[in-house]
Amino acid sequence: MKEELLKLEHLSIDYKVKGGYLSAVHDVNLSVNKGEIFAVVGESGCGKSTVAHSIMALLPGGNEHIEGKILFNGQDLRTLSKKDMEKIRGRHIGMIFQNPLDSLNPVYKTGSQVQEGILLDGIGKAEAWQKVIELYKDVKMPDAEERAHSFPHEMSGGMRQRVMIAMMLARNPALLIADEPTTALDVTIEAQILEIIKDLKKTYNTAIMLITHNFGLVAEVADRIAVMYAGEVIEYGDVFEIFHNAKHPYTRLLMKALPRKTQKEGRLQTIDGSVPRILDKKPGCRFANRCPYAMERCSLETPEETFAAETHMYRCFLAGQAGREA
Amino acid sequence: MNGNKSKETLLSCLKNINFMVGFLMLLSVLLVAVFADQIAPYGFTDQGVGPRFTPPNGEFLFGTDELGRDVLSRVIHGTRLTLWVAVLGASLQLVIGVTVGLICGYFGKWVDKFFSFLTDLTWCIPSTILALAVVTIMGKGLTNSVIAIAMVCWASYARPVRAKTMSIKTMAFVETGAAFGESSVALMFRYILPNVVPALIVMVSTTLPATILSTTTLSFLGLGSQAPSPDWGLALSNGINYIGSAPWLSIFPGIALVYTVLGFSLLGEGVRDILDPHMKSQ
Repeated sequence: MKEELLKLEHLSIDYKVKGGYLSAVHDVNLSVNKGEIFAVVGESGCGKSTVAHSIMALLPGGNEHIEGKILFNGQDLRTLSKKDMEKIRGRHIGMIFQNPLDSLNPVYKTGSQVQEGILLDGIGKAEAWQKVIELYKDVKMPDAEERAHSFPHEMSGGMRQRVMIAMMLARNPALLIADEPTTALDVTIEAQILEIIKDLKKTYNTAIMLITHNFGLVAEVADRIAVMYAGEVIEYGDVFEIFHNAKHPYTRLLMKALPRKTQKEGRLQTIDGSVPRILDKKPGCRFANRCPYAMERCSLETPEETFAAETHMYRCFLAGQAGREA
Repeated sequence: MNGNKSKETLLSCLKNINFMVGFLMLLSVLLVAVFADQIAPYGFTDQGVGPRFTPPNGEFLFGTDELGRDVLSRVIHGTRLTLWVAVLGASLQLVIGVTVGLICGYFGKWVDKFFSFLTDLTWCIPSTILALAVVTIMGKGLTNSVIAIAMVCWASYARPVRAKTMSIKTMAFVETGAAFGESSVALMFRYILPNVVPALIVMVSTTLPATILSTTTLSFLGLGSQAPSPDWGLALSNGINYIGSAPWLSIFPGIALVYTVLGFSLLGEGVRDILDPHMKSQ
């Protein structure tokens, strides 16, 4: 039943910076199955977007160093030529970006932009336009037919994000990477967009890699979750495994930082400090300096991947004992 | 919504004095060029239509030249050449400059370094001298001199287009296009170029006068149009010989040239005011 669509093997990405290499992503092993929603969660600057862009081969280029494999349907995308990669993009893997406000070309009607992609698949113009209208209806665009003739500046942020989703679904890719699709939108629109994403997963059976810093949102839609910290995946598992049986102290702290109805205290709990910039790779847990349960061993040895269940991985020496009583 | 916007643009054009004056001046030049055969009293090569060196009078409004040709007719026919120079020159410069600018800005790295070096090179040699060299190699003639000017002046388009491309390239919608499976060529011409166009319109309207003047310079120096062409630059250089005795030979083509160039300049200024809100506020 569960078929692996995308598999990252020992993926490491370093950016060349003044005075050495900045480790943006380190030894990431992940897999996304067909037709599931896989969420990648983490603070700003922990390497989520870098992973997403590296899958699409859309990193700025020039100063990064990539190691490891990006397997899509068993084929390593990193070995493909530029031309072949262009064929993968859009047709097999689509991507929705963070900021819908300038993600659309200002000089064309939004409908034509969606149509453009359909035309790439060799479909006739009239038929393609018909499909555009259908897609607009699928993403619940109000007045679909009229809106297809609108320019981006005539639309709200939510509408533009809908256009983006329609655009990426136009070619019916097997995998859709959504890089913080709702960050720039307000909460009501966010909820609507999430509903659309959930519906689309059902109708199109598209696998979705949802990248976000919002744990609450993840609980709503995701089937599986990976938590990233400072370029490493520190824990992944089914949504229930993560929410009920989180092993890594960072995951737990993140969840404590969520607003909850049952919480009595006036203020939310926070995690002190911020994600460190890792300039030189030395052994030790990357979370050690902020971890309330850090031991001497944590800054000397790198915690290996440990499996709590077949589907549940974490990197911590404490095996989920830390903070259990709290 | 769209109708409103074009109405608004039209209104701001009508309100802009520079634009309107320039527009009317060029319209008159264009009409003269189109109906040259009907307006001109004589053909531009007809010799001996009157006595040689007749000063301007009722019959020959602009006088006659050393071969007894009607200066007015020659000036009227010269408008065609000048407009042809403007159109051909601008298009050539646009095609070369925009292509180089797009490629530099889009690909960056060594491609950018190489072409930017070429651009800098054409900047640092005085353009007239370089054009003289090119025209000497290619041979005399009006078309050749326009080509020579284009080969020397494309840099004034390449630079700003390169800069604009670099800034637009980083905008999210270009990345969206890439994520959509668009090729580099499609990204350059369908995503980036249309967003450079507004800036280009302003550039074209401001470089047109310069193109006309440079080509006239080459004709004046004897490397552009050759006799018996009614080219204004050629007429000026010819008139120099008789400037003491028959100044009308050079004065009238000179006025025509100033009139046309001024028309283009005013129009360019107006277009810039209308399209660029930053400049307007100053």
